[in-house]
Amino acid sequence: MKQKLVIIGNGMAPGRMLEHLFEVAPDAYDVTIFNAEPRVNYDRIMLSPVLSGCKTFDDIVIHGDGWYVEHGVMLYKGHRIAAIDRAAKTVTSEHGETVPYDKLVIATGSNPFIIPVPGHDLPGVLSYRDLDDVEAMLLAAQSREKAVVIGGGLLGLEAAAGLKERGMDVTVLHLMPTLMERQLDPSAGHLLRHELESRGIDIVTEARSARILGDAKVTGVELKDGTVIDASLIVMAVGIRPNIALAQDAGLEVDRGIVCSPTMATSDPDIFAVGECVEVDGRVYGLVAPLYEMARVLAGHLSGNPSQRFIHAETPTRLKVTGIDLYSAGDFAEGDDREEIVLRDAAAGIYKRLILKDNRIIGVVLYGETADGSWFYDLMKKGTDISEMRDTLIFGSAYQGGAPLDPTAAVAALPLDAEICGCNGVCKGTIVEAITSKGLTSLDEVRAHTKASASCGTCTGLVEGLMAATLGDAFNPNAVKPICACTDLSHNDVRRLIRAKELKSIPALMQALEWKSSGGCAKCRPALNYYLVCDWPGEYADDYQSRFINERVHANIQKDGTYSVVPRMWGGQTTADELRAIADCVDKFGIPTVKVTGGQRIDMLGIRKEDLPAVWADLGRAGFVSGHAYAKGLRTVKTCVGTDWCRFGTQDSTGFGVRIEKFMWGSWTPAKVKMAVSGCPRNCSEATCKDVGVICVDSGYEIHFAGAAGLDIKGTEVLGHVKTEDEALEHIVALVQMYREQGHYLERIYKWARRIGYDEVRRQIMDDASARKAYFARFVFSQKFAQVDPWSERVSGKDKHEFKPMATIDTLQAAE
Amino acid sequence: MNAIETKWIAVGSITDIPREGARCVEAGALRIAIFRTVDDDVYAIEDRCPHKGGPLSQGIVHGGCVTCPLHNMVIALESGEAQGADEGRATVFRTRQRDGLIFVSGADIASAEARQPVSTAA
Ligand code: SRM
Ligand SMILES: Cc1cc2nc3c(=O)[nH]c(=O)nc-3n(C[C@H](O)[C@H](O)[C@H](O)COP(=O)(O)OP(=O)(O)OC[C@H]3O[C@@H](n4cnc5c(N)ncnc54)[C@H](O)[C@@H]3O)c2cc1C
Ligand code: SF4
Ligand code: FES
Repeated sequence: MKQKLVIIGNGMAPGRMLEHLFEVAPDAYDVTIFNAEPRVNYDRIMLSPVLSGCKTFDDIVIHGDGWYVEHGVMLYKGHRIAAIDRAAKTVTSEHGETVPYDKLVIATGSNPFIIPVPGHDLPGVLSYRDLDDVEAMLLAAQSREKAVVIGGGLLGLEAAAGLKERGMDVTVLHLMPTLMERQLDPSAGHLLRHELESRGIDIVTEARSARILGDAKVTGVELKDGTVIDASLIVMAVGIRPNIALAQDAGLEVDRGIVCSPTMATSDPDIFAVGECVEVDGRVYGLVAPLYEMARVLAGHLSGNPSQRFIHAETPTRLKVTGIDLYSAGDFAEGDDREEIVLRDAAAGIYKRLILKDNRIIGVVLYGETADGSWFYDLMKKGTDISEMRDTLIFGSAYQGGAPLDPTAAVAALPLDAEICGCNGVCKGTIVEAITSKGLTSLDEVRAHTKASASCGTCTGLVEGLMAATLGDAFNPNAVKPICACTDLSHNDVRRLIRAKELKSIPALMQALEWKSSGGCAKCRPALNYYLVCDWPGEYADDYQSRFINERVHANIQKDGTYSVVPRMWGGQTTADELRAIADCVDKFGIPTVKVTGGQRIDMLGIRKEDLPAVWADLGRAGFVSGHAYAKGLRTVKTCVGTDWCRFGTQDSTGFGVRIEKFMWGSWTPAKVKMAVSGCPRNCSEATCKDVGVICVDSGYEIHFAGAAGLDIKGTEVLGHVKTEDEALEHIVALVQMYREQGHYLERIYKWARRIGYDEVRRQIMDDASARKAYFARFVFSQKFAQVDPWSERVSGKDKHEFKPMATIDTLQAAE
Repeated sequence: MNAIETKWIAVGSITDIPREGARCVEAGALRIAIFRTVDDDVYAIEDRCPHKGGPLSQGIVHGGCVTCPLHNMVIALESGEAQGADEGRATVFRTRQRDGLIFVSGADIASAEARQPVSTAA
C-alpha cells in the first residue's frame, strides 16, 4: 500500500519538493496538503509585480488546480492545521478535518513581524506576505491617498515602489541610517535612496515609530520625536519570524526555527520540515534558493535516497523594482584584513564595490549595472585568486583578456558551472545543455525545462543572452508563440491573414502561409478548421478529417473506445415522453451506464460505435437533437425554476435559458461555451462561474461573463445590466460572436477576455450599439448554416462509412 | 505452413476510406486500422495504441502520422513507432495496392494473431 504523506503549508518550498518527488517516485505516496491560504501554490516572490501591475495573479501561479488533479494530490485550501498528534500520527485542521500520516512535512513558512506599537491592530495596517495583503493594498490604493511603509529592506521598498506605481503618495520609514543595510553598503544605500526619492517616494531614515494613530481605522503614524505622518494605509515590512508554533505545540525541538538535521528531519524521525520555518546548523533562511535546495534534499530522502545533505551557501540578493539594478552577495563589512576595489561613475549612476581578502573576493555590491554579478559571484564561490586580473577586475568579465566584449560575448565567456539563476541554483552548463539537447528556442521553454529565470526573473537578461550566444540568429527574444511546430505564425497572425488574404481552405492556407509540414498536425488542423468555419460561413466546406474524433462522430469517445451520447434537454427541462424514450433506448441497446450530468441532462455511456446511428434514430423519434456534449461549441444553458415556481423568482429564467439555447445551439466556438440563467441573486443555476451567465433581478437582467469552474476557478465579470429579455439576448449573442471572431482555438471565454481586457469587451458590447448589432447580425447569418442536427443527418446516411468496419476477415477461412 | 501466411488478403478498395482517414478491418480478435493519407498511400496498423490501447483508427491523420484520440501520442503510420519524446510501437502490417484494391499481408496477420492474448471462456 502507498504511504500517506501529509504536508502542512503549500508554499514555494513544498511545491518544489513535490516536483522533485513526482519526478523520481511518482507512485510512492498518497499526498495530502493542507494550506491555510485558500489557494494553490504560487510564486510568492512575484507578489511585487502583481502589486505594481506588471503581472496578474494568474501569471504567478506555479501549480494550477489541474496539476493537483493530474498528480492525485488532495489539496485542502483554506484549511489551517490546528494540531499534530504524534502518538496517533494524525493532523487536525481548524475545520475539524483529521487525516492520518505515515510521513509528515511541516512547511509553514514565516509570519511577518508586526511591531507591537499601540494601534498596530487597527484596520488599514497590513503586512506584506501573501495575495490577501496585496489585494488589500490594491483596494486601499484605489483611494490614491497616502501610504506609509515601515521598513526600508527588500520587501518594504518593493511594496513602496508598487504602491507608488498604483498612484499613492508613499513615505518609507526606516530605523537604520541607510536603506537595505543588511545587503548594501552605505554608498549603495545612498544611491538607492536618491533614486527612490527622484521617483517621488519620501524616505525618512532613523525613524522610530511610536504609535499608529486612528480610531476606527488608520489615520497616520507618530514617530518618537513627535512627527506625525498622515496615512490611510500602513504596510509593516520589518522582518519575518519562522512559523514554529505548531511544531512547538507538538513537542518538536525548536529554537529560532524548527530544528532540523541536514537531512531535513526534525526531532521526530517521521516528521520533516522544509522552507522558511526550518533551522539547520543554527541558521534560518529567507530567500528561495536555499529553500529549494532543502526541497531537493527532502525529496531525495522521501524517495529513499539517504545520501543527500543540505549544505549552507550564500545567496545573492536582488531588488525587484523596475529600473533599479542592484546586486549584492557575501560579506562587505570593513576590516583590517580586507581590501576593496571601488568603481564610481556618478554620471551613469553606477557604483561597484568588491571586498577582497587574501586576493579572493568575499563580497560584491553592484548598483546601476549588475550584469557581472554572476561572474563575480562565481569567482567568489570558487575562491579564485584574482591577483592576475586585479587591475581590470572591477570592469567585469568583458574586459578580461583585452578588448571589451559585447554583452552576449560576456555571457559566452562565463564558465559552464557559473550560476545564472540564483533562486533555482541553475548553472550555465545546465541551460546550454537543455537548449542544445532539447532544441529549445523560447524563453518559456527554457524556463519549463530548467527552471532558470522562472522564479524572481531578475536573471532573464542573462538567460536571454545565453540563448543568443547558444542559438545565434535563431533566437528572437520578441518572437510570439507559434500555433505549433508547423508554422512560425501565432493564432492572431493566422486569424488576421485568413481574412486579409481571403484564405478559404486548409490546403490554400497552408500553401499561402508556408506551412512547414505537409498536412499540418493534430494541433493546428482543428484550429484552422474552426477559424475557416467561423470566418466563411456558408462558403467553407468543413474539413471533417481535421476534427477531433468526438466532433467527427458527434459523440464522446471513452477510454475503452466506446462512446457516450448526451441528448439536448433545453434549459435542463425534460418530459415523461423524453424520459421514456431514453429508458427504452437504454434497454434496447443494453447501454451499461446512465448518468445525470453536471450540465442538467442525461448521459448514456458505453455505446458501441456501430450502434450510434440506431440510438440516434430512436432518440430523434422522441424529438431529441444532439446535445453537442462533445463540441467546441454551445454546450448547456443551465436554468433554475424561476418565476414558474420559485417564490423568489424575478423573471422567467427557465424560459429565457431555453430561448438562448434554441437560438444559439449548433454554433461552433473556439472552445466550449456554457451558460446559465438564474432567476434571482440566490443564483441556483450557478451563473456566476459560467462563460456567460445571467442573474435576473426585479429591474431586468444582469449579464455576466468570463467565469470559470473547471481547471481554473474564477467568478464572472459583470458585462452590464439591461431591462428586457430581448436586449439581454442581443447582448449575449453579440458577446459570443465577438469571442468567436477573436478567440484562439481552445481558449475559453475567460482567457480570451483577460487577454483583450474586460473593459474592451464592455466597450464594444455595452457602449457601442452599432458594433453590438453588427456582431449579432453576423452570428445570426452563420447560424443559418450551423443549426443542423448532426444526429439526424447521420441517421439519414451521412458519413455511413464511419460506423461500420470496412471488412471482416475470417482468418480460419482464409487459412483453408 | 498455414495458407494464410502466404496470402495477400483483399480488404476493400481505396475509395472506401476517406483521405486523411481510416477504416477498420476485423480479423478474429484482431482489429486492424487501414489508413489512407492525403497522397493515397495506405498503411495498416493494429487498432491499439501502444500507450493505453486507444483506437488509433479514430485519430487525426496528418502527414505520415496519426495522433491517438485518447492522450495524443503521435504514431508513425509506416513503422508504428511513437514520435517525439514518447516511446512505444504499434504492430504494423504490410500492405499492397493493385487496381484500387488494398491487400494486407496474411503472414503479418497470422503472426499478430498468434500474439493475441487468448481469452478463456468462462
Ligand atoms: C458528463 C460530464 C460529467 C458528469 O457526469 O456530470 C462531463 C464529462 C466530461 N468532461 Fe466535463 N463534463 C461535464 C460537466 C463539466 C462541468 C460542469 C458544467 O458544465 O456545469 C465542467 C466545469 C465547467 C467548465 O466547463 O469549465 C467541466 C469541465 C471540464 C473540463 C475543463 C475545462 C476547462 O477549460 O477548464 C474538461 C477538459 C477539457 O475540456 O479540455 C472536461 C472534459 C470532459 C470530457 C469531455 C473528457 C473527455 O475529453 O473525454 C468528459 C466526457 C465524458 C462523456 O463522454 O460524456 N470537462 N465538465 C458533464 C457533462 C455536462 C453536460 O451535460 O454536457
Ligand atoms: C513580497 C515578497 C517578495 C519576495 N521576494 C523574494 C526574492 O526576490 N527572492 C527570494 O529569494 N525570496 C523572496 N521572497 C521570499 C520567498 O517568497 C520566501 O522565502 C518563500 O516563499 C518561502 O517559502 P515557504 O514554502 O517556506 O513558505 P511560504 O511560501 O510562506 O508558505 C507557507 C504556507 O504555509 C501556510 N501555513 C502556515 N501555517 C499553516 C498551518 N498551520 N496549516 C496550514 N497551512 C499553514 C501559509 O498560509 C503559507 O501559504 C519574497 C517574499 C515576499 C513576501
Ligand atoms: S468526467 Fe470530467 S471530471 Fe470526471 S474524469 Fe472525466 S474529465 Fe475528469
Ligand atoms: S492510448 Fe493512445 S495516447 Fe494514450
